[in-house]
Amino acid sequence: MLDDFMTRAMLAGVGVALAAAPLGCFVVWRRMAYFGDATAHAAILGIALALAFEMSIFIGAMAVALIMALTVTFLSGRGYAMDTLLGVLAHSALAFGLVAVSFLSGIRIDLMAYLFGDILAVSRTDLVVIWGGAALVVALILWRWSALLTSTLNEELAYASGLNPKREQLVLTIALAITVAVAIKVVGVLLIAAMLIIPAAAARGLARTPEAMAGIAAVIGAISAIAGLQGAYIFDTPAGPSIVCVAAILFTVLNLMGWRSRTGV
Amino acid sequence: MSLITVTDLHVAYGANTVLRNVALHIEPGEIVTIVGPNGSGKTSLLRAIIGATGVTKGDIALKPGLKIGYVPQRLHIDPTLPITVARFMRLTNKVSKSVCSAALEAAGVPDLLNRQMSQLSGGQFQRVMLARALINEPDVLLLDEATQGLDQRGSAAFYHQIEQVRRETGCAVLMISHELHVVMSASDRVICLNGHVCCEGTPAVVASAPEYRALFGTGTGGALALYRHDHDHNHDHDHGHTHEAAE
Repeated sequence: MLDDFMTRAMLAGVGVALAAAPLGCFVVWRRMAYFGDATAHAAILGIALALAFEMSIFIGAMAVALIMALTVTFLSGRGYAMDTLLGVLAHSALAFGLVAVSFLSGIRIDLMAYLFGDILAVSRTDLVVIWGGAALVVALILWRWSALLTSTLNEELAYASGLNPKREQLVLTIALAITVAVAIKVVGVLLIAAMLIIPAAAARGLARTPEAMAGIAAVIGAISAIAGLQGAYIFDTPAGPSIVCVAAILFTVLNLMGWRSRTGV
Repeated sequence: MSLITVTDLHVAYGANTVLRNVALHIEPGEIVTIVGPNGSGKTSLLRAIIGATGVTKGDIALKPGLKIGYVPQRLHIDPTLPITVARFMRLTNKVSKSVCSAALEAAGVPDLLNRQMSQLSGGQFQRVMLARALINEPDVLLLDEATQGLDQRGSAAFYHQIEQVRRETGCAVLMISHELHVVMSASDRVICLNGHVCCEGTPAVVASAPEYRALFGTGTGGALALYRHDHDHNHDHDHGHTHEAAE
């Protein structure tokens, strides 16, 4: 079954969607969308470094994404507004990454594959990495769910309950770095944030509890991955962007339905 | 031993010292209110007690095993986060739905279990917060201007509820309040804070302390005395004009 590239691609897409859904909910709730973007953009620098030192791309991307996320966390609240800080760091990391890649003349690199993903080229090893990473992210979030949710609602409430919101922030940061690293192959660094945010945002109108929102986001993400790949196959369009397009269409349809049911039009 | 003992507390944010030489203690079952002008370090003191703010110098000792119920100043729930009252109540407390319902009923807001937190009115929201804070039977309840945004009737009812909770459960209460008239009637002890403890004691003692009067006025003069309703002076003055009712 895994011999078929299409099957492997779908499994990869669904794997990323499952990890991105609960994490994406926190990104949305905590208004961390640009944080996700910055972390993902930094990954291109990690890829360049990994290629230069002949390391695993997954490790390189994850390490730089993690360093980026920790730097942002550390610098926030030290003089600059968060969006300014992210704007400086994210685009600098992306620019340095692109410049670094250009130095790697010995290796022919298909930059597009990293910017927009190359899901149809997912190997069995990639699948193991993607599902391993996704499982780790989901396990991490399930384990810390209550604590993460409490910290997200109110920092003082978390402290008073004996939790440490800073530690929970770190958990999210690590989960984000892992997700970025595993999602590069699927949607590429430029569209990872879309996989985090769009399914979660689309699920909002259908959910009454945080858990339901994460579950519905996972379903929407998985449908987007499968339908996007089918669409890419039929219309011969790039796979990663096609997945994001389906997610965006689902977001729009669900929101219009919600708007209609609220206003009774 | 006291539930909470604060000794020689200093809290600073960078070079800015917001609290210095603060000492206080909370005994079981008493209602203590902290009053003070804006920027006097009231919220920093509560944050330090729950461990949300680092202590620069001094010590905060909590009785071993102390259970704290906390009602924050303002809880903003992002509109993107769907959460029912039932889910919110059980966020950090592993209790059954029937316990939640009972707690809500006791807080005067029954039948809210399946409502979204975002649909609650200000008064309902604060009562749900109070019910949540009380659900695992805390030894001390910390309230940071918990009635902000409620009208006078709403906040009076809220403080009445707090007194009732104390009577029924014997739980101590440490609260910050701007509403001096409530403070004066509902507290056993008042601590007047302005970077340091200006004065403290029973409401009557504090109300007559010169430090307190310097901060809040005496109720008859001074722009800061908006909420002041002293009972130790007489409003029926005998100078030569009559008060006309606005028609």
